[in-house]
Amino acid sequence: METIVNEFMQALLSLDRLAAKRILENTVKKVAPMKFVEEVVAVALERIGAGWQDGTLALSQVYMAGRICENLVDEVLPPGDPDRKDQPKMAICVLSDHHKLGKIIVYSVLRAGGFDLSDYGVMEVDDLFQRIQKEKIEILLISVLMLPSALKIKLLKEKLTASGINIKLIVGGAPFRFDDRLWEAVGADAMCKTASDVISVIKTIMGGKI
Amino acid sequence: MNAVQMTSMQRTLTTLGHREPDRVPFFLLVTLHGAKELGLSINRYFSKPGHVVEGQLRLRAKYRSDCIYNFYYAPLEVEAWGGEVIYSDDGPPNSGEPLIKKFQDIKRLKLPDIGNTPCLEKVLASARMLKEKTKDEVPIIGVVMSPFSLPVMQMGFDRYFDLMVEAPDLFWDLMQINEAFCVNWANAQLKAGATAICYFDPLSSTTITPKDLYLKTGFEIAKRTLARIKGPTATHMASGRCLPVVSDIAKTGTAIIGVSSQENIREMKIACKGKLTVLGNLNGIEMCRWTPAEAEAQVKHILSGAGAGGGFILSDNHGEIPFQVPDEVLMALSEAVHTWGRYPLDWVTDERGI
Repeated sequence: METIVNEFMQALLSLDRLAAKRILENTVKKVAPMKFVEEVVAVALERIGAGWQDGTLALSQVYMAGRICENLVDEVLPPGDPDRKDQPKMAICVLSDHHKLGKIIVYSVLRAGGFDLSDYGVMEVDDLFQRIQKEKIEILLISVLMLPSALKIKLLKEKLTASGINIKLIVGGAPFRFDDRLWEAVGADAMCKTASDVISVIKTIMGGKI
Repeated sequence: MNAVQMTSMQRTLTTLGHREPDRVPFFLLVTLHGAKELGLSINRYFSKPGHVVEGQLRLRAKYRSDCIYNFYYAPLEVEAWGGEVIYSDDGPPNSGEPLIKKFQDIKRLKLPDIGNTPCLEKVLASARMLKEKTKDEVPIIGVVMSPFSLPVMQMGFDRYFDLMVEAPDLFWDLMQINEAFCVNWANAQLKAGATAICYFDPLSSTTITPKDLYLKTGFEIAKRTLARIKGPTATHMASGRCLPVVSDIAKTGTAIIGVSSQENIREMKIACKGKLTVLGNLNGIEMCRWTPAEAEAQVKHILSGAGAGGGFILSDNHGEIPFQVPDEVLMALSEAVHTWGRYPLDWVTDERGI
């Protein structure tokens, strides 16, 4: 599988959708689609994320790789496919900002990893609070670009706590990458330094129930 | 020479010549704190150039910064193109819905007329007033977004990446009109009184764009654009990393590089030696929770890594101090550079390679 992962990763970094698709099609003739997703797609995206974190790869490459994978995985595991993971009810949003890149990448990584989740788009605290309450969301992923938006997560957390709503908050975005204590200060349950961290972070905070 | 007290302008020019002035120049890039000084909301503060002039002069007197920062907010430029700006009570105004919704909208973009665009005219008015009040004692810094980075606000990060891959011809059309605007806007600020232009170009950082793509895009665009700006320029990566491309950035004609707190400041200083003055790299986000003692320790750490020999200006890593940074921390930064930044930096034990 290691050779396949390397070839797949190379195809993603070269933006070669056709080569990536060929690798997928050849591999799923021999293994189940979910095995390909877990052992090739997720591993390749995790390595690309790590490359961004250590400065050897760029955000544009992370973004394009995520989009290519999301589309490919949708072909072999369409939304609602019974082979998709049995998972907690999740949603993702950008808080109080129109910069959506981080959310799009995390969404792609999760979809490419076989997860289903609701995309709330851009939200403000009050509407977000009502929606997650109504839809009984168990894990909320929040992406922010600017510090004031990050600080608003604290307001959301206070509302949730006051209402006795038990939900896990996973946060990410530039302010959290520049201050590794900020996620705790705003009351989040976990923080992702890169989008590809998200799958392992979800598994950790769910105590291995996925 | 360095026993004599220099003006901020002399201090800055000396360090730009890669020589040691009387002390390390301190560029405290505060914008929103001016509103706090004047007791105004952020929206009201930026509504009149006189507010910004008064705010900058008060902030400089208080924190003894070596520059005046005539920067309002990043989406001012998209406002000039007809885009939406969203104000906040506790942070910089942000860009709203992208003005380029479909790639084909690029064909319909109309170059803003600098002299007839109210949001730009405010900046020019404050540049003129600041120049009148400060003469040539302190550098007045004007700001432009690079043509390569502006599309993040014009169309959104994701669509911009898609544009580069899916419609390269339209990408270059956008660069052409953005370059024309950037040059006009920079030169108008210089004419109004700005001493130098800070060219914000985070898209060119290796955090966002791989080196091979940068060399075909952001690098060529910067070379063309900076050559047409009629004054000195500083390139700022707005928190993005750039060590792998810093020797290329030096070839664009810029004099200063603003670097991320995620860079090793010593390695950066060595890489820039004799080519670029390094500006940085205090972590503006962490700064919100620093104590005065931590602020002093951070200043000492950076000065010991990059201060010796000139070619260095102490500043933050992003080009804008967050509104949430307390005054006592800003004061501690100022005290620290005035105490520990006096040349020669006798207290620094290892200056090898800097």
